[in-house]
Amino acid sequence: MEKGFFHHALTIREDICTGCSLCMRVCPTEALRIRDGKAKLIEDRCVDCGECFRSCPVHAIIIEQDDFSRIFDYKHRVALVPAVLHGQFRHEVSMSEISAVLRSLGFTWVYEVEHGAEILKPAIDDLMNVRTLPRPLISSYCPAIVRLIQVRFPALIRNLATVKAPLEMAAFYCRRVLRDRGAHNAEIGVFYVTPCAAKIAAVKSPVGEESTPISGVINMDFIYNKINRTLRNKGELKYGDDHAYSVDPDTLVWSLTNGEASCVNGSTLAIDGMNNVTEFLEQLENDEITGVDYLELRACDEGCAGGVLLSSNRFLVAERLRNKARTLKPGDSSPETEEFPDIESYSGYLMNKVRITEEIKPRSMYRLSGDRDEAMKMMKRSRRIMCWLPGTDCGLCGAPSCQALSEDIVRHRGDISQCAFIRESNMERQLMDRERSSEIMRRIWGDNNFTKNCNKKGAENESN
Amino acid sequence: MTFEYKVQGGDFTHAGYASSQVKKMLKQLGVDSVVIKRVVVCLYEAEVNIVAHARDGIISIVLDTDTILMKLTDNGPGIANIEQAMQKGYSTASPEVREMGFGAGMGLPNISANADRFLITSEPGTGTALEITINLNSAAV
Repeated sequence: MEKGFFHHALTIREDICTGCSLCMRVCPTEALRIRDGKAKLIEDRCVDCGECFRSCPVHAIIIEQDDFSRIFDYKHRVALVPAVLHGQFRHEVSMSEISAVLRSLGFTWVYEVEHGAEILKPAIDDLMNVRTLPRPLISSYCPAIVRLIQVRFPALIRNLATVKAPLEMAAFYCRRVLRDRGAHNAEIGVFYVTPCAAKIAAVKSPVGEESTPISGVINMDFIYNKINRTLRNKGELKYGDDHAYSVDPDTLVWSLTNGEASCVNGSTLAIDGMNNVTEFLEQLENDEITGVDYLELRACDEGCAGGVLLSSNRFLVAERLRNKARTLKPGDSSPETEEFPDIESYSGYLMNKVRITEEIKPRSMYRLSGDRDEAMKMMKRSRRIMCWLPGTDCGLCGAPSCQALSEDIVRHRGDISQCAFIRESNMERQLMDRERSSEIMRRIWGDNNFTKNCNKKGAENESN
Repeated sequence: MTFEYKVQGGDFTHAGYASSQVKKMLKQLGVDSVVIKRVVVCLYEAEVNIVAHARDGIISIVLDTDTILMKLTDNGPGIANIEQAMQKGYSTASPEVREMGFGAGMGLPNISANADRFLITSEPGTGTALEITINLNSAAV
């Protein structure tokens, strides 16, 4: 397959990885294998959901970000901030404080991403009124979900709502406002403070878009730490009068579970978490689900409040934002700030940009070969191999399941002798000697896992 | 290749297993998603028919490079008037079955609309047998 074609924000640091295989076991697309005692990624299967990052006990999986100093390549430096950043702080911490910290870091403008959702509401309504589109329409907000559908449920691609995310709308808006004030496009840097890896991948290699208005990404944990430090040394910071959220209450919670679905007319449903989503899409693809008009799907529990780059508890973050939205009175939210006019005054311009125009292409993880006869041969072979594999999904072969190993074998990515059960029976029948078997085991799990190490997690002299 | 799946009458909880398995195989073969959808619709509707009406039944699948043949046989009450059963909206499903969202009388017409070849034979008191064939190479119905 086209290696290197997909941009992934997740990288495995082999110097840190201990080959514990936890990531391999949680990956929803079976994109990880263990070789030489390290986790290896099959790139064309990865959907950037970040489950591996979450599960890694030694933090060997890192999420790339742009070098922060890159913001200074631009004269106008916009920070696009999602509401979940603010939701991580205690109620007393105001958006103006957060904004002030971001300015002290070098940004010239700070704008909340959720404003972009104002443009999406009518755009989604428009799509919902098109009778010829399949039902349910599936929100394309979460990039990990779009990629999951491309990889595992290609038949559902046509259900994806072809509208961009609030992030893109907010970015187009910021660029337009600055241009209207005389800035050149090349002078404008729009940086997104991202809560997850999937959004990074979406910015770096957009699906269904030819280009992106976003110049770079800054990981949210980095900004969170900066803000926390500064707030603890408050004296050095100057900020203006505290002002209420400038985002509408219903768009403020757009990124949380049911935040988007509750803004859409008709019978809507919101589902979060990769396993829940996968289970539902499986049924939807079987045509077992009827009566749903719009589906909001999020890879993370609690939506973006559960993003892998958040530092605070997801339930607290979600509750803080919901609480904020509940207590906001009409008039508290002032869409117009001193720097930025109301995004709705640009809705004509933005509505022209809101639709995804490029085709979203399938990239099936299941397809064994482009040639049907060949695929049939491979499938038959993989099923014959399954007759011999134990069906225990123990993972000792370095693949997440027996079926994954059997498919690896027919794809020439693996060998049947990787299976510990097969080797054991071969040794019993004197078809393989003990040395050969250990050699294979070491090739999968690496020599380190066969030597005593008292520093490992949970061991006598644990140290990292 | 041939596969066989048993279907338990009345067990709506596990209906859909055969569809999921077949779907995965067709994805492995790189069959067009529109065709996969037609196969899955036929199979699921037929499977639910067995669950709704019969004591139990058997799905047997014959899969080759170009076609899929799905045979479903059950030992249910049988269909006295097949022509009537093939009409949209006609259903003999019990109120309990309808309550679960099944039994809208769209099953057989839906299968017929999505299959390239559809045979149905039934003997009242003995059971019903369906033979559904779909060509894996064409997307058109």
